[in-house]
Amino acid sequence: MSDTTTTTERAPSVYVPSAEALATVLAPGARPARPSALGASLTFGWRALLKIKHVPEQLFDVTAFPIIMVLMFTYLFGGALADSPRDYLQFFLPGIMVTSVVMITMYTGVGLNTDIEKGIFDRFRTLPVWRPAALVGMIFGDVLRYILAALVILGVGLALGFRPAGGVVGVASGIGLLVIFSFAFSWVWTFFGLILRSEKSVMGVSMMVLFPLTFLSNVFVEPSTMPGWLQAFVKVNPVTQLVASVRAVMAGESDPSATMWLLAWSAGFVLVFGTLTMYKYNRR
Amino acid sequence: MNRRSTGLAIEAEGLTRSFGETRALAGMDLRVPAGTVYGLLGPNGAGKTTAVRVLATLLRPDGGTARVFGHDVVTEADKVRSRVSLTGQYASVDEDLTGTENLVLLARLLGLRKPAARERAAALLAAFGLTEASDRQVKKYSGGMRRRIDIAASILNTPDLLFLDEPTTGLDPRSRNQVWEIVRAVVSHGTTVLLTTQYLDEADQLAGRIAVVDHGRVIAEGTPGELKSSVGSGTVHLRLRDPGQRPQAEMVLREALNVPVQLAADPVALTARVGEAGSDLDASAQAARALGDLARAGIVVDDFSLGQPSLDEVFLALTDHPAVSADERDDELEAAR
Repeated sequence: MSDTTTTTERAPSVYVPSAEALATVLAPGARPARPSALGASLTFGWRALLKIKHVPEQLFDVTAFPIIMVLMFTYLFGGALADSPRDYLQFFLPGIMVTSVVMITMYTGVGLNTDIEKGIFDRFRTLPVWRPAALVGMIFGDVLRYILAALVILGVGLALGFRPAGGVVGVASGIGLLVIFSFAFSWVWTFFGLILRSEKSVMGVSMMVLFPLTFLSNVFVEPSTMPGWLQAFVKVNPVTQLVASVRAVMAGESDPSATMWLLAWSAGFVLVFGTLTMYKYNRR
Repeated sequence: MNRRSTGLAIEAEGLTRSFGETRALAGMDLRVPAGTVYGLLGPNGAGKTTAVRVLATLLRPDGGTARVFGHDVVTEADKVRSRVSLTGQYASVDEDLTGTENLVLLARLLGLRKPAARERAAALLAAFGLTEASDRQVKKYSGGMRRRIDIAASILNTPDLLFLDEPTTGLDPRSRNQVWEIVRAVVSHGTTVLLTTQYLDEADQLAGRIAVVDHGRVIAEGTPGELKSSVGSGTVHLRLRDPGQRPQAEMVLREALNVPVQLAADPVALTARVGEAGSDLDASAQAARALGDLARAGIVVDDFSLGQPSLDEVFLALTDHPAVSADERDDELEAAR
């Protein structure tokens, strides 16, 4: 004997366009006023949040990557450069935080390039909104990723014995400076994201810029141990100014000269690469 | 100002645009009356997409001028943008987001507040038969559904001019018919539609006027009827019972009609153009004479029809090359980016 199983098969609903239904959505309504520059940018930022919600894997690079960086370098250099990994960490943690977050900024360019490849930017560019909004909103979303990465690194650091003298205020100001610089630096990558043909070439160029910029700095060792010509580069490197500023505030001190240079560099990046980016964006 | 202005929706003169060595637009002129569907018909690589991108303010022309509802597409781009929408060949919605999220996002960017944006999104999804799929990511949609969400996104603000760049390429026949119905509904509410297509029957079905585009310029323009009659008023299609009789049939037809006869790939089929200007008989009389001559010669005809020439034949007659050249496709896509 066999059981009879009844399957209720639902017929696939076939869409039949109905003139009446379409008429209700086609009646021209009053045009709303266009959103403000900030409103439009925040709406694009909301899009970035939605993408994180739907594709959470993309947070891998702001969580796993920084953890690996901290562990690797703390135990690799700690014994050689300081008396112990724990001692080295007090010097090194602000630096590795800066390195990781600055490296993550390149994903802004990669993400933009992918968006353009997929055609969604064609629609954004035909919208009557403030022109930079799509890019500013995208970077707003990235700023959240930078903050997340910084907090992850801080968490690992605290667990390994990092004890910043600056306390909560010092650490928060340090992360604040890092975010300001990263926001500004992201405009370099929007520019490359627009002018380069593929995601791969964006990655390639990013690495070529980022490796010297982060390693030829005061992140890992004191510049006084380096040959003179290298010291000269390290001294003008914006990453050096950023690390010096962050290190100072996290230690409860301040380095006004480095901070001033850092802010000047940030303004410069937005001004130069923001302008170049918008020029390319409007003329593609 | 009246939003639904009459007159010309698009006026373009001498548009040129090159990509390196490729001249995508070589002096294109267009005059599109408001409130109609206007078809840009041509093979891949003809410059249709480039023309649409220039008119939608996505690309600057190298030369020439274009105005949309009287606004210059270069100097008054923002005014143009507030009145047009574009559905491109590629999904111009975010595939990672759901249907609802996409529409709410765009509605917010057009200035609607959150509750109004949600309401508008829900209404559009319902009208386009996407309510069930509204919370699914667009990347999980079928081709037809994707097209519909794309068009829904384009009419969020009921634009005055809608660009549809090859809206049915790659769709199955049913989805294609759905898109056609939507296009008819959109234009019946006063929106002007500029439609590019490489499907000749699509232009015939939807467009009030058609510009035939080849190598970056318009080579013929008119209503579908005008274009067809410009190459003769009719075509005779014949199918014989015995393929062996085809050479004889070809000779008889040529004598009876005094026109070239085309042999189709099908070994029993022949085609001849009738009713061309200068003939003493009209198309039906010529066809009758041809049929009589064939019967007298003892040739058995299984199938006989007299019809208007297809747009395919129009294209062939205008350009001396077939309408579809697939290998040019990638060139244009590449060039348009």
